[in-house]
Amino acid sequence: MSVTKGVILAGGPSKGTRMRPLTLDCPKPLLPIAGKPMIWHPLSALAKVPGLTEIIIIGFYEDSVMSSFIKESKREFPNIGISYLREYKALGTAGGLYHFRDSILRPPVPQNIFICNIDICSAYPFQEMMDLHSKHRGVGTIMGVNVKKETAVRYGCIVVDPETQQMLHYVEKPESWISNTVNGGIYLFDKSLFDEIKVAMDEKTARAAEDPLIKPDERLRLEQDVIVPLAAAKKMHVYQSRDFWRQIKTAASAVTASSLYLSRLQKTSPDFLAKPSSNIIPPVYIDSTATIDPSAKIGPNVAIGPGVVVGEGVRVKDAIILEGTTLEKHSCVLNSIVGANCTVGAWARVDGAPEPEQDVKGQISVTILATEVSLAPETLVRSCIVLPNKSLNRNSANEVLL
Amino acid sequence: MAQTPGRILQQGYDIEALVKAGVKDIVLAVNYRPEVMVSVLKKTEEEFGINIHFSVETEPLGTAGPLALARDILGKDDSPFFVLNSDVTCVYPFESFRDFHLAHGNEGSIMVTKVAEPSAYGVVVTKPGSTVIDRFVEKPVEFVGNRINAGIYIFNPSVLDRIQLQPTSIEKEVFPAIAADGQLHSFDLPGFWMDVGQPKDYLSGTCLYLSHLTATHSPLLTDPKQNKWVYGGNVLVDPSAEIDPTAVIGPNVVIGPDAKIGPGVRLQRCVVLSNAVVRDHAWIANSIIGWNSNVGRWTRVENITVLGDDVTIKDELYVNGASVLPHKSISTSITEPRIVMCKLASLLA
Repeated sequence: MSVTKGVILAGGPSKGTRMRPLTLDCPKPLLPIAGKPMIWHPLSALAKVPGLTEIIIIGFYEDSVMSSFIKESKREFPNIGISYLREYKALGTAGGLYHFRDSILRPPVPQNIFICNIDICSAYPFQEMMDLHSKHRGVGTIMGVNVKKETAVRYGCIVVDPETQQMLHYVEKPESWISNTVNGGIYLFDKSLFDEIKVAMDEKTARAAEDPLIKPDERLRLEQDVIVPLAAAKKMHVYQSRDFWRQIKTAASAVTASSLYLSRLQKTSPDFLAKPSSNIIPPVYIDSTATIDPSAKIGPNVAIGPGVVVGEGVRVKDAIILEGTTLEKHSCVLNSIVGANCTVGAWARVDGAPEPEQDVKGQISVTILATEVSLAPETLVRSCIVLPNKSLNRNSANEVLL
Repeated sequence: MAQTPGRILQQGYDIEALVKAGVKDIVLAVNYRPEVMVSVLKKTEEEFGINIHFSVETEPLGTAGPLALARDILGKDDSPFFVLNSDVTCVYPFESFRDFHLAHGNEGSIMVTKVAEPSAYGVVVTKPGSTVIDRFVEKPVEFVGNRINAGIYIFNPSVLDRIQLQPTSIEKEVFPAIAADGQLHSFDLPGFWMDVGQPKDYLSGTCLYLSHLTATHSPLLTDPKQNKWVYGGNVLVDPSAEIDPTAVIGPNVVIGPDAKIGPGVRLQRCVVLSNAVVRDHAWIANSIIGWNSNVGRWTRVENITVLGDDVTIKDELYVNGASVLPHKSISTSITEPRIVMCKLASLLA
């Protein structure tokens, strides 16, 4: 079997701004989604790919941020090499890959490399992509997903030949609609990708030399600078996934992503989740160190982190409750993310609207309580974003509480 | 103001009560025509054997202008028509209102309700010993009466001759003119709701009454020493009501006969009328829960919400300042107080 490796593009601290205030205290890749760090989901899916020897995480975070996750992952997947490579300079997604080409290509030399963006949630259909890839033998296969026509222009849009699955055209965030098939953020490339990146780099340098109006930019992007010319040269193919897919850009989308992953885990690893009962409506993840009163009703779509205390008669639904938080008796948490070490008082209500299909500027859907927020008994917080260390003792709705 | 015709039919007005009073045509005066409503309206039309018309204002026409706009429907024969305006909290006695109007035979009738503090409203003053309206006093500084316009009228079609198709206020321009001709009568909303007046006044009145009972050490009050679930006093619970010992109730709560309060419920400054059920972990403040109503588990009801008779609020909802008509079932949260929504005129056949 030919050697395959995986690369996860983890981004960096400046990239997680739309996830604030959650990412003020927790780097985005480590944000718990369905009971596991966001990055664990692509990583564990890659670890199951036959013949995959190594997973390389590339990002801007300090090594210390990622080290304990790397250590834990090595323990969980002992047969796979797992490492974190820190970028010091913004080279762009393709530039970063090229910069680390020696590490990626070191023996055992991979024939194919999976590349995953961190900010998506997906069923990771790696096997299906591999099957298509081995059939067409082009340079790359991208996972295409279908989105609603109204939202398509917010993504990288792909025109596919329905017969051959060949990519005919690629436009990143086009001004007008060209296709409902968009870039799902997962790629499978032949190792010759690095030759293609080199060509793209040289071309970019040449263009810059010819045209003094082009600002010198060392950044080389995978989508616009590499995939666009590859599509033009008919070297890209598209695997069209029909399975679930969502971009995780905003904090609100973390609740949706968590629900999708929980539903998947219910099918693939039911033992990882809490056992359904009259008061546990699946899918629910409850960390083994959390304390849940038997009269509390939890689920569906709930993930409860380590050390969380859930009191008598509490209701939690469509929510993520992070480490060390206490939900006092009869409180109710719906469509919300409650950050680490928060206290939600008795009969308090933390409530949000489900994440809308399209963000409306200035409108908050899911309620987010950042770290160490305390909510007085009987108060209501609805569709608010509450920043760290805030104590609330009055009702609030549709506000950012600083 | 955003007007939502959908909600008029879903929970705004009791169509059935209007149909019983002989209504055959309903005009929804709106500022846009919601295409999504067409199928719902069709169903309603078929169910009740009525016609529903949309009258779309392209510019604001005030409170009277929409009547001129709907002139073709309202004035198609000599029968009088109802005008309903603002949110409502109970089944209005449309039939007796109609009978009252037909009996006096004059041009118009206004339904009135009592309030405790009339200084905040426009007060309706009648001629001594008669239902004929003498005048309207806007925000009176001295007491002239405590009956205010409840926002429900019945008119003969001749009133349409008094209204031009232009922005016109029914209260400030049309009513004084009809009253000047001695053609406008006031009709007291009978029964409980007449005494209640505005729900806000009813709740403050209840609190005053409970404080009075406490001050006079009335034996009517529930004894906190014997009932651990009483919190902060001023709690009056009918002996036939069932209260789960894990509920926390008070201050300022009245619970009527045969009501059931479930485990972990928290009630304060509210009235739960007879035979109502408040289910586990619900939280209610500053609200009136109507007879035979059912409040779901983990539901939060507050901010002068009034539930009519036999209203069901599903589990886990948030109900903020809503007025809900009898026999309605609420299955999605009402997050903003429902204020004046829509004008609705109807024709008596």
